[in-house]
Amino acid sequence: MADKVVMDSDSVNRTISRIVNQILERNNGAAGVVIVGIRTRGVHIATRIANEIEKLEGIRPEMGTLDITLYRDDLRQKTEWPKVEKTEVPFDLDDKKVILVDDVIYTGRTTRAAIEAIMDFGRPSSIQVVTLIDRGHRELPIQPDYTGLKLNTLSSETVRVHLKEADGKDEVVVVKQ
Amino acid sequence: MAFERKHILGLEELTAGEITLVLDTAESMREVSDRDVKKVPALRGVTVCNLFFEPSTRTRSSFEIAEKRLSADVLNFTTIHSSVVKGETLLDTARNLEAMGASMIVIRHPMSGAPWLLAKELNSSIINAGDGWHEHPSQGLLDLFTVRRLKGRIEGLKIAIVGDILHSRVARSDIWGFTKLGAEVRVVGPPTLVPKYIEEINAKPHYNLEDAIEGADVVIMLRIQRERQDSEFFPSLREYSRFYGLTRDKLKVAAKDVTVMHPGPINRGVELSSDIADGAEAVILEQVSNGIAVRMAMFYLVASARRTS
Repeated sequence: MADKVVMDSDSVNRTISRIVNQILERNNGAAGVVIVGIRTRGVHIATRIANEIEKLEGIRPEMGTLDITLYRDDLRQKTEWPKVEKTEVPFDLDDKKVILVDDVIYTGRTTRAAIEAIMDFGRPSSIQVVTLIDRGHRELPIQPDYTGLKLNTLSSETVRVHLKEADGKDEVVVVKQ
Repeated sequence: MAFERKHILGLEELTAGEITLVLDTAESMREVSDRDVKKVPALRGVTVCNLFFEPSTRTRSSFEIAEKRLSADVLNFTTIHSSVVKGETLLDTARNLEAMGASMIVIRHPMSGAPWLLAKELNSSIINAGDGWHEHPSQGLLDLFTVRRLKGRIEGLKIAIVGDILHSRVARSDIWGFTKLGAEVRVVGPPTLVPKYIEEINAKPHYNLEDAIEGADVVIMLRIQRERQDSEFFPSLREYSRFYGLTRDKLKVAAKDVTVMHPGPINRGVELSSDIADGAEAVILEQVSNGIAVRMAMFYLVASARRTS
């Protein structure tokens, strides 16, 4: 087993800053923009994005967190079901531009479940997907709108995103099994 | 921790850890009821049958809403039998429902132990919605959930359960649940309605209302079934109400932030005076709302255990 560091702390921060600028550019500022993070690490990245938008634009976008367990398409197969954590979207999503944030996009199934969940909260004017790492191997026709880093990976590898809030430091590691 | 039980039959057999997992999961389920679209796809394709051998409006409706919010297909089967239902008939009925594709059966039955019989004989998951005088686990769990949300904990709280303890399945599930999570449970009622074995299940018996609710953080009032007044357990409703009915005056000896609960339906002026039932201490309607989240959690966890077994 060998670990390869593909992003260090500085590059994680620079990448998030770049994504924030892309979001503001594409949406002509932060008006009508809301940030929704997918549990667990997507929430930390979403919080950083909201902080930076507040710094640059002077308004803090509303923030929600999503647990997609109840929307998974593999509940009928999974041997052990995950614990259901809290979803908190304490604001109206109608006609909002929803920035959906996850740490890694892989098969696309998590993103699909998250989109379905968001639709149950209202009718946003758009949903835009942010991911820090796109590791390929999509099984559904879903593509991120903002990507931190695109990696060519093997299915046998694992991509680990470590964030200060949860793991003590910012780092992205590819683990070979 | 994974939930490994295919059935939820009673709180006596659940561990403190399993109870806590149900309560934690219910916290997440509660939010679904606040959404525009109050439905998640978790149990799509699963058929749940509500098999009720006793009249029930709120419990059956609550189970049904919980099933529908998880996208299960719901089959309601209600039979009201005045005589004892023979084991064979019950089993045949349940086997028929299983043959129709039900993989979870919610059962309420006047005979204690009926859900255990089904659990032993069928492949379906069984959820006990009340059996005889024995257990009513979903009510016990929703009472625990309601108290934990309000007080932030269960451990160390003083809980008083008031009324007809003998015939109450709610009392028994509450006693097992609250004591397992570290609360002190007192029960109070006329001596004819407080069973002798109550100390063996770690509840302290009282026969005077004020003694039992002194310093209590939570007072759980049980419904007096009016049909009991003819069976010589107490002389009259009026006398019962005088000694064991909760009024604002009697409630003064309880803790300052006391919470009053009742599993419903309430007899105004018998167990509870109207000013308490409608007062700030009462959380009776909150119990009803919480019941949906707790039952959703029960279904989710039982369904997940079916996968592993």
